[in-house]
Amino acid sequence: MSSEMYELMRNNPKFQLLVKRRGRFAWTMSAITLVMFYGFVLVVAFKPALLGRPVTEGSMLTVGVLVEFFMFVFFWILTAIYVVRANGEFDSLTQEIIKEAQKEGK
Amino acid sequence: MRRLNRICTALSMVALSATAFAGPALDGIQAKQPTNWHAIAMFCIFVTLTMGITYWASGRTKSTADFYTAGGGITGFQNGLAIAGDYMSAATLLGLSAMVYTQGYDGYIYMLAFFAGWPVILFLMAERLRNMGKFTFSDITAYRLDQGKVRTMAAISSLTVVCFYLLAQMVGAGQLIKLLFGLDYNIAIFAVGILMMVYVIFGGMVATTWVQIIKACMLLLGGTLVMLLAMSKFGFSYHNLLSQAMQVHKLGPKLMYPGSLLADPVTAISLGLGLMFGTAGLPHILMRFFTVTNAKEARKSVLYATGFVSYFFNVIFLMGLSAMIIVGKNGDFFTDGQVGVVGPAAKLIGGGNMVAMHLAKAVGGNMLLGFLAAVAFATILAVVSGLALAGASAISHDLYARVIMKGKASEATEIKVSRIATICLGFVAIVLGILFEKQNIAFMVGLAFGVAAAANFPVLILSMFWKGLTTRGALWGGYGGLISAFLFVLFSKSVWVDVIHMKAPLFPYTQPALFAMPIAFGLAYIFSKLDGSDRAKAEIEAFEDQYVRGQTGFGASGASKH
Repeated sequence: MSSEMYELMRNNPKFQLLVKRRGRFAWTMSAITLVMFYGFVLVVAFKPALLGRPVTEGSMLTVGVLVEFFMFVFFWILTAIYVVRANGEFDSLTQEIIKEAQKEGK
Repeated sequence: MRRLNRICTALSMVALSATAFAGPALDGIQAKQPTNWHAIAMFCIFVTLTMGITYWASGRTKSTADFYTAGGGITGFQNGLAIAGDYMSAATLLGLSAMVYTQGYDGYIYMLAFFAGWPVILFLMAERLRNMGKFTFSDITAYRLDQGKVRTMAAISSLTVVCFYLLAQMVGAGQLIKLLFGLDYNIAIFAVGILMMVYVIFGGMVATTWVQIIKACMLLLGGTLVMLLAMSKFGFSYHNLLSQAMQVHKLGPKLMYPGSLLADPVTAISLGLGLMFGTAGLPHILMRFFTVTNAKEARKSVLYATGFVSYFFNVIFLMGLSAMIIVGKNGDFFTDGQVGVVGPAAKLIGGGNMVAMHLAKAVGGNMLLGFLAAVAFATILAVVSGLALAGASAISHDLYARVIMKGKASEATEIKVSRIATICLGFVAIVLGILFEKQNIAFMVGLAFGVAAAANFPVLILSMFWKGLTTRGALWGGYGGLISAFLFVLFSKSVWVDVIHMKAPLFPYTQPALFAMPIAFGLAYIFSKLDGSDRAKAEIEAFEDQYVRGQTGFGASGASKH
């Protein structure tokens, strides 16, 4: 029974659309996070002195602290963007796919 | 009658722990500090409150779904707080503030590594976890593979992670209570272990979640208060704070440079990998995704959790920095009463992990110290409860109900097995806690993450994303990752030299993830590809249905009605 339902959903062009859109969105967001974080780790590993520099001459705020603080905030904003889009656009698409499959299945 | 029994048991546990605390304080030999009645009072209020919740929860814990996942009825916001609670352990509060105090900027890097895994979990895993899982994450890995073999493997690696992590928590608990109540370390360990067992056995996931939520609120409040009071001494100026810190700290102008913790690139990268992907492989964190109603709430809970965690890590950073001046320059906090060079934590009363506590006392007196100590204790209790529940469910749901009874166990016996498993885990935690007294706790959490990243994460992510994964591949990947991560840890300096007292480590790095993760992924790939059996073909075909369910949530277990 549910295997038939899955078959119906899979054949719905909207399902392909959902998978494609959401997949691309999720992987782009992940790539941004991973590149930023591991880029930072590589700087820590190979160019640590760069992070110890003050942002401006005589300032106590160093580049490393500023960059890290930015990442704490930025990553959270990324999660917010993802949740808004996934809970809105993607979820309504998902509901349509399930409803259409249920209609057809009957 | 059974309910009466429960009340009696709960009451006698409270009484037992109360007398345990009162005991050594009377002779007063071990207590270097006078007994802190504020702390004791606040701790008793917390225990009474949570015992009340446990009693209430015990009436609502009837089915296995109630016991493992609170019936799937937790909202996104509640779960977000609970996830943050699970994640902000005592090791976070005590260990990371101590790390900032001793090593400056390195502590902040460590925190970002702890944090950066969350967005990725949300983007790639959260909704599939909710859509495919029921009680444990092995529900997902074993979805289309051989139930018996794959679940056994997942349960073993879950239990390994749970034990490592529990260990870190127990050691933190012992040290904290030793300092605060002037209590013997071993008795403190027993008290924590027993309270943990009461929460989990009687209240299941409902009680564990609410203990977690209350504690997360207390932690956020207490941490913020200490940070604000500390920052007021510097006129809320980061510039003032840091210029004074650089003057007093042994690292001097190098305070904000990445330093000894991440001295070589291999350790830095390996630590980053371990913390990031380890988060995505912690059984007690993964389990939290099954407590919400649907994928929508699962996503929301990650949003709330990352907000709280990100905020709190920055609070801890400021706490650690201000402690350099406020604690480091105050002789009262040192065993010899002398102010030396700030940095080495060896002479701090109660050891290096007590920086946050001393700071609370310095800025807010005994009242605030009492509150923060009660919070830290509550934190430990909440986190060990979550861990114990995750470990117990690996034993009862995966091993007992699915592997041994092949799905034919009744709900009542499954819950009973879960409760027995909780008792066993409690005693394991107590024994290991006593054995590992002298280790740095933040560091041990790092080890737990390494094992989670190499043993749980690769098989979980492959089962969700890679069609070609077969039972044989999953088993090789899972066991390969577990054994290699375990051996790398065993042969590293932290165990081989510091615990077993051998002369030189056999493995030069302390972080296993960079080496163990490729082994796990490689083995899973190779042995899936080599698997040409009919069984493997059927498993690969079954991916299609799993994929649609993961994407749409159709057929996912919903919230049970109360």
